[in-house]
Order: sequence, then structure tokens, then C-alpha cells
Amino acid sequence: MTHNREPGAQGEHRMEDKVKQGRMKWIMVVFALGAIMTLGACKKKVAPPPPPPPPPPAAPTASLTANPNTVQKGQATTLTWETTNASDVNIDGIGAVKPSGSEEVTPSDSTTYHLTAKGPGGTQEATARVTVTTPPPPPPPKPSATEEELFARNVKDIYFDYDKYDIRADQSGPIQADAQFLNQHSNVSFTLEGHCDERGSTEYNLALGDNRANAVKNALVQAGVNASRIRTISYGKEKPFCTESNEPCWQQNRRGHFVYQR
Amino acid sequence: MIIANLNFFMHRNTIKPYSDSTRPMPGKPCCSQTWSNLRPFLGLLVWLLLAIPSFAQQDWIRTGTGLAVEKIRLAVPDFKASTNNAKNPDLLKAFNDTLSNDLDNAGIFELVSKSFYPLEQPGQPADVKFDTWSAPPPNASMLAFGNLGASGDNVTVQGWLYDVKNISSPQVLGKQYQDTATADVVRVMAHKFADEIIFRLGGGIQGIAETRIYYVSTRSGQKEIWSMDYDGANQHQITHLGSDALSPRISPDNSRIAFSALTKNGWDIMMYSLDLNRMVSFPHFGGTNLSPAWTPDGLHLAFSSSRTGDPEIYVVDASGGDLKRLTTSHGPDVSPVWNQKTGAQIAWVSGRTGLPQIYTMEADGTNVQRMTDQGYAVSPSWSPNGQFLALAWIRKYGPGEPGASDIYLMDIASRQWAQLTHDGGRNDFPSWSPDGRHVIFQSNRSGSLQIWTMLADGTKQTQLTFTGTNSQPNWSWK
Repeated sequence: MTHNREPGAQGEHRMEDKVKQGRMKWIMVVFALGAIMTLGACKKKVAPPPPPPPPPPAAPTASLTANPNTVQKGQATTLTWETTNASDVNIDGIGAVKPSGSEEVTPSDSTTYHLTAKGPGGTQEATARVTVTTPPPPPPPKPSATEEELFARNVKDIYFDYDKYDIRADQSGPIQADAQFLNQHSNVSFTLEGHCDERGSTEYNLALGDNRANAVKNALVQAGVNASRIRTISYGKEKPFCTESNEPCWQQNRRGHFVYQR
Repeated sequence: MIIANLNFFMHRNTIKPYSDSTRPMPGKPCCSQTWSNLRPFLGLLVWLLLAIPSFAQQDWIRTGTGLAVEKIRLAVPDFKASTNNAKNPDLLKAFNDTLSNDLDNAGIFELVSKSFYPLEQPGQPADVKFDTWSAPPPNASMLAFGNLGASGDNVTVQGWLYDVKNISSPQVLGKQYQDTATADVVRVMAHKFADEIIFRLGGGIQGIAETRIYYVSTRSGQKEIWSMDYDGANQHQITHLGSDALSPRISPDNSRIAFSALTKNGWDIMMYSLDLNRMVSFPHFGGTNLSPAWTPDGLHLAFSSSRTGDPEIYVVDASGGDLKRLTTSHGPDVSPVWNQKTGAQIAWVSGRTGLPQIYTMEADGTNVQRMTDQGYAVSPSWSPNGQFLALAWIRKYGPGEPGASDIYLMDIASRQWAQLTHDGGRNDFPSWSPDGRHVIFQSNRSGSLQIWTMLADGTKQTQLTFTGTNSQPNWSWK
């Protein structure tokens, strides 16, 4: 209503305005009374509202870890847990524990640790799995090692000096060890290969390699190994182990080489 | 004694000897000490060549042939086409290359440089203008010429050898060959014609142009036996064992190759028939069996066998029967060869005193003589005239003395020796040509193991193989 007033007519119409304002107050009071009456009538129809609820208690949280989570039998692992809002914390197998903490455990078998955290806000659970492995049994007399593997592990090649086929003093130990093994495994047959370094001539080296193979054979026979178990062959310089032209390589090639015979 | 022989022959045959200052060194130029080592050898070599049975032949004495003596000046103009045929150019090239190479290899000719040849070159006798060849600059003593013509599937070659200083009766040789028109065939014709010339002018010694070399090659991936012409042509694989084959030795009649190969039994002596083109049986002796060697009559073989647990020299007949042991000393005994002339002695390698040395013995194992006095001596080859051994020798051997393995000649009677290779590398497995003028051997001087040939005075060292590694050459007996 006042909104429609024109600014130029303010003085001339003052009285008329006051009358209008008095009338407006009445209308507004009537409206207000009506409104109050209406409101009062509504409230009387529903139940009275409850008192505001107290803030609900927070739900508990819980975590549980095991470090490491895989141990060998007999080894310890550390359980670490954290809870909140819990008044009663329990781990199966350990019992009541502090709300947060850690403890060393040594399970004898794989175990799932179970934590229960109870509080006014409820109950929370957490688990941690610890896997317990069984250590490999200490090598018992291994039935799986074949004769061939034992042969390869125990029988050592015999090395020679340049252009020589007699057993060198420092090779008598290895040859005795070889003979001892071969006497303990008397069903094993084998080939002795004679090898030479690259420097000599082809034909002479094949003959020399034959002498080397037979020198090792004879030493083994003297140490009690039956000659019928031993086959000899010479490769001369035809099948070298090492192909460089230097003394370490040549020494590798001057040898009596054992080969298990199936 | 050798020098005396040389003087005897020089006097009798009016051969002009080289003086110390003018004679070129075989191999590389070297010190006077090496030369003094070689001087007795020169005598040996001249004696070797002169002592060959036909030294009484007048033509040979007059013209003077042989290694280390004055050589015949020979002109070999290219053969001419005698027909009009499209095959002629290729055939002529194969023929001319082979012929001039054979004559150059023979070691008894000084080939006249082609730049000295007159413009008109003969294709047949009527075309020969004697004075244009006999006068300087060609200054030729001998002229080999001829023609070749393909016609249909065949080719005909006519060749002559003229003594151009003997105008009244110039013809020394006239030959005609006819066969299928292929390059391989005309190469054989060239070899035959070259051998005729070498036979006439070389003191009646058969030429080697048709001889063959048997050797070991890795070209197939394994060590197998191969063969090639003496000049390196026509290389082809013989065995296909898929194993390792070593030490091929051709029988004197060219019918069989004995060798050693790795079988399921170890190293066995094996026999390949070139007549049947297949392996033929040979006994297994047990142990390591190596290095077979034919007697000159082809009836027996010597070889090394460790059948008793120690490598020794044995003799067996050519079918593998009647095995006899010749040596009894401990240590390696290997690489026997027979005296090619008599078949009555064997040279071989023995490690009985340590490093390998060359020994000789009678065919029954008696009269053992040590030939080399020091170092590392292996791979003997007995010369066709029975007087020399070729061998591989590291004379200075041991720590701090990285001596090279070189080819040497040794006079068996005097044990004087001469060194033939000086060019580095490891030289081994010498084998004599049947004319006694050449030695073939293996060397790694080129960076890989290959087969080389040279004249028996160490000159004209030439590589023959280039693919894979190639070793242990063995020269056929004829």
C-alpha cells in the first residue's frame, strides 16, 4: 500500500494517510488473532514433543595387526591393536587387554587372533591371521640324491702338467678321495676322458690324452677300483673346456675328466 | 758328404751354383746364420733332384732343371680357339689358367713374362716364328702352344712343346685330347698336358698336376675328410660321419682312404673306398687308434693303438688282419710313416723321453734311432726318394721361449736340417708331393687354420683353402 504513494502528494494527503493506517492496524490484529487461534487449535491436536535426546554414545573402532604375519614354528610375532570408544577390549587367547597396545605372541599353529572391543556405543571386532610355517626338516639322509648326483658332487677331475701324463704330487689327494668314493659306490661305472691343451699337435695330443686317461685309471685301480668299471677315451685337444690362449685356461684343459656312465 | 755330392754333380752337369751373395733366401730375408744353416740343405736339395733315377737324361742335364738351380725359360702363350663355338671363351679361360698355373707351380721353369711375348702368337705349328721367341726379350728356350675348340658336346685340344732354339727339329711334344666340353674336363686336359711337359723337361719325373690332396675340413660343422685337386680346385666332401674324422691317408693306388674317427668305441681306424664311394669295414682294435700310414706297396698299414693301455706303433695288413706290435716304451708313440721308397723303415713320434721327438726304426721294430735332438718335433713325412723327412718342429721350446712350429727338412743320413717356413703362425702336418718338389702343410698364419703348399726349398708358399678350418693335408702318391 505505501508502496503506491506518489512522492509529490505527500503533504496534501497526510490526514487521509493516518486514517488509512488506523484501519490497517485493525486488519493486521484480526489477522494475527486469527493466526494465533489457528495455531493454538493445531497444537492441541498432536502429542506433546519428547525431550531432546542426549547425544548418542560414539561407536567403538578397533584394528589388529600381526607383524610379521608369517612365522616359522617357534618364532614370535607382534600383535598390535588400537581401539577407540571401547571400555572392554578382549583378544581371544590372550584375554583382556588395554584399549591400545602390542604383545608378542608365539603361536604353535596358524592362528587367527580375534579382538573384541566393547563400549557404550557398541561392539567392534578385528582379526589378524598369523601363519605358522613348518621349517624344512634338516637334510636327513636324502634318498632323492641319485648316484649320478653324488658322483658329480664327489668325484674330482685330475689335472696334469704340460706334456706330462704322470700324476702330479698335488693330485694324489684328489685321486685318493675319488677312489674312496668309487669304492663306496661300487656299482658306478664311468668314463675317464684324457684332455690336452691347444699347444701340441693334433695326433700327439690324442696319444698324450690317452696316456693321461690311463694314468688316472691305473691310480684308481691301484687304490682298489675294479678296472672293468672304467672306460677310457682321449679327446686330445679336440674338446677343450676353455678356449683362451693362456696358462689358466691351458691348465683347465690338461686333465683327466670323470663322466658318470648310465 | 752332401756338399761333396753337390760339387760332384755341379762338375759333372755344369750346373751353375749360386754363390752365397746372389742366391735369394727362401721365405723372408734373414740373417747369415740361417743362411749357413741352409747351405748344406741347398746341397741336399740339388742332390735330391739330381739323384732321381732319370738324371742321366741328356735333355734335362743340358737344360738344367730342378729347384735351386737354373730354370728353363718357358713361354706359354694362351691357346687359341680352333672352332667358332660359344663355349670356347669359358673353356679357353679354364684351360689357359690351369696350364700356366701348373707350369708355374712345377718349380722347374722360369715363365717368360707375357709382356715380352711377340704380337703374333701361334695356335699351331705353322704359325711359330722361332726367332721372335728365342731372341730377347722373350729369350725363351721352350714354347708351349696350341688350340682348343668346342664342337657339339665335345671339345678338342691340341698342344705342342717346341724347343725354339732347335729350328731343325723343334718338336719335343705333340698331344691331342678330346672329351666332353666342360670346364672340369678341360682343366684335367690342361693338367695332363702340363704333366707331359714337366715329365719331358723335369728329368723324367712324373708331374703332379693330376694329383689330389686329402684333408680334414670343418666346413660341414664336423671334422670330415675332404679332397681337392693339388692346386686347390674342385674341393669336395668325402665322408659324412657326423663325428670327428682325422688323419686321412690315401692308399698308393688311390683306391682307399684310411683315417681315424671318433666312434662309439672311441678312436678307430676307418677305411673309405673311393671305388665304392662308401665306408668299408675295418676291425676295432680297442683303445685309441690313430694316424694310419700305408706301405708303398699298399699291402700294410702302420698306426698307433693304445689297446694295451699305452699308445704304441702297430702294423696290420690292409684288410686289418695280422696285427703286430713294434714299439714297447711307455708314453705316446704315434704318427708313423713309411720310407716311401723302400717300405723298409718307419719314422714316428715318441714321447718316451719327454717332449715328442722323431725316431726311425726298421719295419720289424729294431734299430731305433732318434733323429731330432731338442724341442718339440712331430708329424714326420718321408720323402718319395727315401732320403728326407719333412717334419713340424718347435726347436726352442719351453717357458719364455715361445718358439713357432715350423716345417723343416732333415736329411736322414746326416741329420742335417733346413727350415722351410719362417713366416709365423703354427705350421704342421707337412706331406710330400709325389715328385718330391713340393710340400703341402697346414698353417694358421692367415688367422685361421688353412692348407698351404710350397716348393720343397720353402719358396712359393701359397694358400689353397679359405673356407672353414682345414688341416692335416695328405698328398696322393700319384
